[in-house]
Amino acid sequence: MVNKVYTDARSALNGMTFDGMIVMSGGFGLCGIPENLIIALRDSGVKDITVISNNAGVDGWGLGLLLETKQIKKMVSSYVGENKEFARQFLAGELELEFNPQGTLAERCRAGGAGIAGFYTKTGVGTLVAEGKPTKEFDGETYVMETGLVADLSIVKAWKGDREGNLIFRKTARNFNPMMATAGKKCVAEVEILVETGELDPDQIHTPGIYVDRIVKGDFEKRIEQRTVRQREKT
Amino acid sequence: MPWSRDQLAQRAAKELRDGFYVNLGIGIPTLVANYIPQGMEVTLQSENGMLGMGPFPYEDEVDADLINAGKQTITALKKTSYFSSADSFAMIRGGHIDLSILGAMEVTDRGDLANWMVPGKMVKGMGGAMDLVAGVKRVVVVMEHTAKDGSPKLLKTCTLPLTGVNVVDLVITDLGVFEIDKHGSQPMKLIELADGVSADEIKSKTEAEFVNAVA
Repeated sequence: MVNKVYTDARSALNGMTFDGMIVMSGGFGLCGIPENLIIALRDSGVKDITVISNNAGVDGWGLGLLLETKQIKKMVSSYVGENKEFARQFLAGELELEFNPQGTLAERCRAGGAGIAGFYTKTGVGTLVAEGKPTKEFDGETYVMETGLVADLSIVKAWKGDREGNLIFRKTARNFNPMMATAGKKCVAEVEILVETGELDPDQIHTPGIYVDRIVKGDFEKRIEQRTVRQREKT
Repeated sequence: MPWSRDQLAQRAAKELRDGFYVNLGIGIPTLVANYIPQGMEVTLQSENGMLGMGPFPYEDEVDADLINAGKQTITALKKTSYFSSADSFAMIRGGHIDLSILGAMEVTDRGDLANWMVPGKMVKGMGGAMDLVAGVKRVVVVMEHTAKDGSPKLLKTCTLPLTGVNVVDLVITDLGVFEIDKHGSQPMKLIELADGVSADEIKSKTEAEFVNAVA
């Protein structure tokens, strides 16, 4: 039987990385990011990577760690506003950047994983993101063609997983993780809770294990970008 | 007197209807949630993967796995559901969201919108804005009537890179409210004035053509 379980993030990436590769990294902001696999990717020393991720982390955490070490050649993202080192490298011409509308990015990952080479969307028609792309009319409305995305490796974070690689996400930490899990030629998942096969309710599984090649239990910091709270009314 | 930020949010809240599914942008649009009329049920969508967004948490309820699209910690409600980004934008692009309220840098009388990029400045990205304006049934812009330097923001043609073409239905500025016939040929209509603001004042601060339809 194939063993998918690895003891730590570093060994889980062993043999999975090469210079110039394309990596998908799940998460929205710092929510639901594969913290430990990002650190392991940094420590692997892999260079010139293209990273497909909705955001680029913050200074000193998440994908910001891979920017500090200049291991990223190009980012494909929808929003990168929270990162000074990112801005510095981009303005200095050290980093390539491709902006995708958030929904287009999500759908490109979904399509890539589902064997859909391209699709038509209304999003971005008549804007910079549609420049140079084919358009087509359906029922009198113009749509732009976008292509599916496939990565050499996707790294995702789930709440619970089992030894088969079945995954369950928690709350808004799901975000891009399920699509990215399907769109990597290889996928490594890190989870907060790793259980024996059979312990997850099959009806509740979000990502079936077929998409997950390796799984590792991690410890998580779960940093918060914008801690907003309200005060309890005095009783 | 031009409308304050809160008055703008209050005015925008009049666009809500019972049973609406609504996506609110960052800034003044977020404040609209404070003015949902009593007895009206409105469900807020957050494009990072949540329907039924609750208020900010109490200190002891903060959960790093539960944030809104502005990356702020929030809470869930009894009716809340969570889903992936692909499902979230299927909801948006597929026309299932009733109303989107968002900010803008420039809007034209044909409903073209620019709100994501100023050439020469660091560009943060469009996030979900292009998907929202392309897919949501009704798009309402809330913005200051003029830029900080006094130049008009309601234009004949956007000077900044576009977020969408023919996408805006209604513009609420601190001076008044404008209705746009985005798919038709009707001129943009001024339909309301802030207290003490005249149509002439608005005309002097607006580049786009409009007809005065204030009742």
